[in-house]
Amino acid sequence: MSTADSSLVRIRDVTKTFHRGSEDIHVLSSLDLTVAKGEFLALMGPSGSGKSTLLNLIGGLDRPTHGSVEIGGQRIDQLTERDLAAWRAEHVGFVFQFYNLMPVLTAERNVELPLLLTHLSKSQRRQHAGNALKAVGLSHRLKHYPRTLSGGEQQRVGIARAIVSDPTILLCDEPTGDLDRKSGDEILTLLQTLNQEQGKTIIMVTHDPHASIRASRTVHLDKGQLATTAPE
Amino acid sequence: MKYLGLIWSNLKRKKLRTVLTLLSIFVAFLLFGFLFAIKDAFGAGVKMADADRLIVRHKVSFIQPLPVSYGARIGQVPGVQDVTHLTWFGGIYQDPKNFFASMPVDQDQFFVLYPEYTLPPDQLYHWKKTRNGAIVGRSLADRKTLNWKVGDIVPITSPIWGQPANQPAWNFEICGIFDTTKKSADTSTLYFRYDYFDEARTRGKGEVGWYTIRIAKNAAPEAVAKKIDEQFANSPYETKTETEAAMMTGFAQQMGDIGAILIAVLSAVFFTILLVAGNTMSQSVRERTEEIGVLKAIGFSGTLVLLLVLAESCVIALLAGLAGLGVAWMLLAIKNPVAQWFPVLQVPDEAMMLGAVLALGLGIATGVLPACYALRLRTAAALRRNG
Repeated sequence: MSTADSSLVRIRDVTKTFHRGSEDIHVLSSLDLTVAKGEFLALMGPSGSGKSTLLNLIGGLDRPTHGSVEIGGQRIDQLTERDLAAWRAEHVGFVFQFYNLMPVLTAERNVELPLLLTHLSKSQRRQHAGNALKAVGLSHRLKHYPRTLSGGEQQRVGIARAIVSDPTILLCDEPTGDLDRKSGDEILTLLQTLNQEQGKTIIMVTHDPHASIRASRTVHLDKGQLATTAPE
Repeated sequence: MKYLGLIWSNLKRKKLRTVLTLLSIFVAFLLFGFLFAIKDAFGAGVKMADADRLIVRHKVSFIQPLPVSYGARIGQVPGVQDVTHLTWFGGIYQDPKNFFASMPVDQDQFFVLYPEYTLPPDQLYHWKKTRNGAIVGRSLADRKTLNWKVGDIVPITSPIWGQPANQPAWNFEICGIFDTTKKSADTSTLYFRYDYFDEARTRGKGEVGWYTIRIAKNAAPEAVAKKIDEQFANSPYETKTETEAAMMTGFAQQMGDIGAILIAVLSAVFFTILLVAGNTMSQSVRERTEEIGVLKAIGFSGTLVLLLVLAESCVIALLAGLAGLGVAWMLLAIKNPVAQWFPVLQVPDEAMMLGAVLALGLGIATGVLPACYALRLRTAAALRRNG
């Protein structure tokens, strides 16, 4: 992962079209976006503006209909499915709105999941998971199942899972969308800390202006195109 | 191995559903074990059959007798090495439930023709010296309702031959207990002396049930059989000579084609189980669409997810299948509930191996569709389900 300049994400002339029956739905149109390494970017916009689609393209969960997606100098839109999965495992941490934890696994084992794809031993995996949970302030909840945790705690576990393999970039899709204000603030503070103290590049989709002010830059999307960029 | 915990946790997700699925597969394999044991029991005679032994019986039916004088004539046929005769007696001890195979035999020739049975020399000597002496197989002697020991006098009646003249029952002295050198051989029979039987019976004197012969090493069984049957052609007692295995197969098939019946029953059972378990697995995987999306998002490849789902269905099928086979094997090893009909009733080794392969196949068959669903699932679409 090396680039000539400080940009980590480079999106060039990206179009994404979904087909529903005979109808073509243009979700993103000729979009260009650059995100610098270590940046905390908020993606805002109304429903259907293409925020989550853009996040999925950056995270390699989907492919553009046209254009290029380059992360850390690598064209991920040209990778095979298998290589893309391996790339995600190494470089991307996802944080979801509804936490998406495995209900049958404890907090520790949820966080351990991405490490199953590495060559780490069981004890090493457990140690890393413990450290990640400690970083999000949940070292006392290792053996708790998601159903016994509050929404805020579950999202912290989600963040711990996202950071446990030390990814290059954190992609957060409405991370505070399902939380009350207090818990949401705590999550945003945690993300800010990860950005500022550990230098994590974070791209966060949000509807909430209160959340977006925690970001170093805000990008507005409307009808699949960049609308405005807030001052940095 | 590192994914085993994840697979196991998924199985515990809906315990009742998993337990019910396990039980349905368990019962299917328990039935599989029992049915194969029964099939094996029907074919036990064929397994015990010696390639060098031929059976000479009445041409019309097995229950028609042959003259005892045929023995000497059969012995003179070229290619015949040894001859002995047996007669079906069908013994009952005290209660009709205590029914077992029993036959009068020639005490001097019996062990020559059946070397797979072993009897201590002193017991053999004693039998030859005791006119009403009998020898019993180990499994018969050890039967709980009998528990016979050497020296016991046992009163036996026969549904065919009734009682001996002027006596309420045939009183046999147990002179010996024989074992066998063949794993699948039957030791649930009582043999007693033909001379005593022929003297005491009230009808059919001078007749035997059938002859067992051993052919010489270089003799062709078909040719010897043909010569014997030709010798007795157009007589009141025409014969049919066949190999011991052919005779045993024909005997088993009198009950019907056990193999075909077995396959029909098991096919119906396994088809049902395939539908039940397959539906359960599909439901289980579809319920986890978002979770599969998350696994793929964090870097699990489609192939890995496919293998995890397949492994899950295989673990269920193998756990339940092997348990069913194991319990069937164990139950029959502990107690044979139909010892009087099937003296050797056990789940054969081949059935255990076939069952294990079948369990694995069932796991793959039930898991393949949901696994392909998981493989094809588009990650972004799976994650959107929750939003």
